[in-house]
Amino acid sequence: MAAQPARARHPTEDPAWVKVLVIGLVALFLGLVLILPLAAVFAEALRKGVDVALAAITTSDALAAIKLTLITAAIAVPFNAAFGLCAAWAIAKHDFPGKALLITLIDLPFSVSPVVAGLIYVLVFGLQGWFGESLIDHDIKIIFAVPGIVLATIFVTFPFIARELIPLMQEQGVSEEEAAVSMGASGLYTFWRVTAPNVRWGLLYGVLLCNARAMGEFGAVSVVSGHIRGLTNTMPLHVEILYNEYDFVAAFSVAALLCLLAVVTLVLKSVLEIVQPDVKRGGGH
Amino acid sequence: MTAETLSAPPSTPARRPLFRRRSAIPGFGVTLGVTLTILSLIVLIPLAAVAIKAATLSPSQFVAAAFSERAWAAYRLTFGAAFVAAVINGLFGVLTTWALVRYEFPGKTVINALVDLPFALPTAVAGIALATLYAPNGWIGQFLTPLGIKAAYNPIGVTIALIFIGLPFVVRTIEPVMRDLSADVEEAAASLGAGRLATIWRIILPALGPAWLTGFALAFARGVGEYGSVIFIAGNMPYKSEIAPLLIIIQLEQFEYANAAAIAVVMLGVSFLMLLLINAIQAWSRRFV
Repeated sequence: MAAQPARARHPTEDPAWVKVLVIGLVALFLGLVLILPLAAVFAEALRKGVDVALAAITTSDALAAIKLTLITAAIAVPFNAAFGLCAAWAIAKHDFPGKALLITLIDLPFSVSPVVAGLIYVLVFGLQGWFGESLIDHDIKIIFAVPGIVLATIFVTFPFIARELIPLMQEQGVSEEEAAVSMGASGLYTFWRVTAPNVRWGLLYGVLLCNARAMGEFGAVSVVSGHIRGLTNTMPLHVEILYNEYDFVAAFSVAALLCLLAVVTLVLKSVLEIVQPDVKRGGGH
Repeated sequence: MTAETLSAPPSTPARRPLFRRRSAIPGFGVTLGVTLTILSLIVLIPLAAVAIKAATLSPSQFVAAAFSERAWAAYRLTFGAAFVAAVINGLFGVLTTWALVRYEFPGKTVINALVDLPFALPTAVAGIALATLYAPNGWIGQFLTPLGIKAAYNPIGVTIALIFIGLPFVVRTIEPVMRDLSADVEEAAASLGAGRLATIWRIILPALGPAWLTGFALAFARGVGEYGSVIFIAGNMPYKSEIAPLLIIIQLEQFEYANAAAIAVVMLGVSFLMLLLINAIQAWSRRFV
């Protein structure tokens, strides 16, 4: 381009100074809003050296928080994956009235504040709640205990996998499944051998996003957890407690672990988008 | 829908029956049944509990809880900050998407992945990181303090957190539309004598309009409910920097469950309106495709 200054630039191409200006503005904005916060977490975590940071994430309370976060995600993510597959099978492979309404209802948790998501389970299962007394009679604890944390996490991550799979399976149509069924395959066999291979990357994509949110959920879990150290603290709640106690290095060390989770999620997500461009259709927020 | 119509056998009557001929694919009853049951148990019935709990209040008690002076201040802050953040994201979101779709530059893949960071990063982590950065002695705050700008522990801090949370909603909503914009239209405009700026203003931005509005509404709706990233940087002063979700938590901590439910009903009502608005925008935009 520089060698031929006489040649006019293509009419749909922006002048070089515009490009530089736009990219510069975008870089500045993303730097202030996204990159610096990420960098700050690691800088604050390593302020007193790697040893101190490592010590902070291996205290018994931190390990208990890590364990609870992993358990919660290990229940919530497969649950939502199973639900997503089930809902997508009914919605994408069949025709029935009220389909649009059903999709909207599945999306509903996205538009509910996480705090409200926690509140609804307190109202149902809490001491003053609908089932509060009968739960006490049977010595079952849901609120301020692990089941409440799992439930709240399932709620906030509820639509992730379903809304990834529904458009994907709708786009793929029903002809392959109809062919399999007409040749005598059972429903389960058809799902396993025909549908599952077609949607596995979309499913993985949804699982990635669902898992990141499940491990990172704060508001909803904070309402139902009761913040009992070593028992009902997830990693994000542990970060909050340490931060509010002015134990900044420890707080940022645990936060750095969560940042690593986010970075790994983003890397896997980008790789998946490059290798399997179809997965992006669903739009996973 | 079109694919379905095309593949339908020619004998299918033109009028679409309420229930289509029984699908050849099995499992409809079971999967729909399981879907509806789980949806009801996990989402719909618990959500109804909020309305039912709030209904135990008399109208005057409800107003006292949901529309107290302190609650009004919280709504003003929550909706105001979410609106300003969505506007800022609307501007920079278009620029970011434009750079990602139209330009080639080093580090583009990384930038593209980073845009989704707010989806992947736990909100509490974002909250403490932003609070540390924008605090008066923080990396960014130290440069703002001499200018007389206080960017943390006040409504500006709330807005900064909501900008972080909302950005990917705008970018990821307009990105596919911008990618699909046909170069022909732009070339036609240019060949008819339109300047670059006129083409952008008259051709490109109107085409992005519905997607932009949807992204704006999504970012706004998310911002209204956001909690984790906000409370660390907000300062949480009653009447000044206290957001509505925090007010629910405060009521819960005082075991005023009905009052908490009343505030939640107001917030759910607004979320519901936003959802209707987003659906309406999308239905409206489909008319032009």
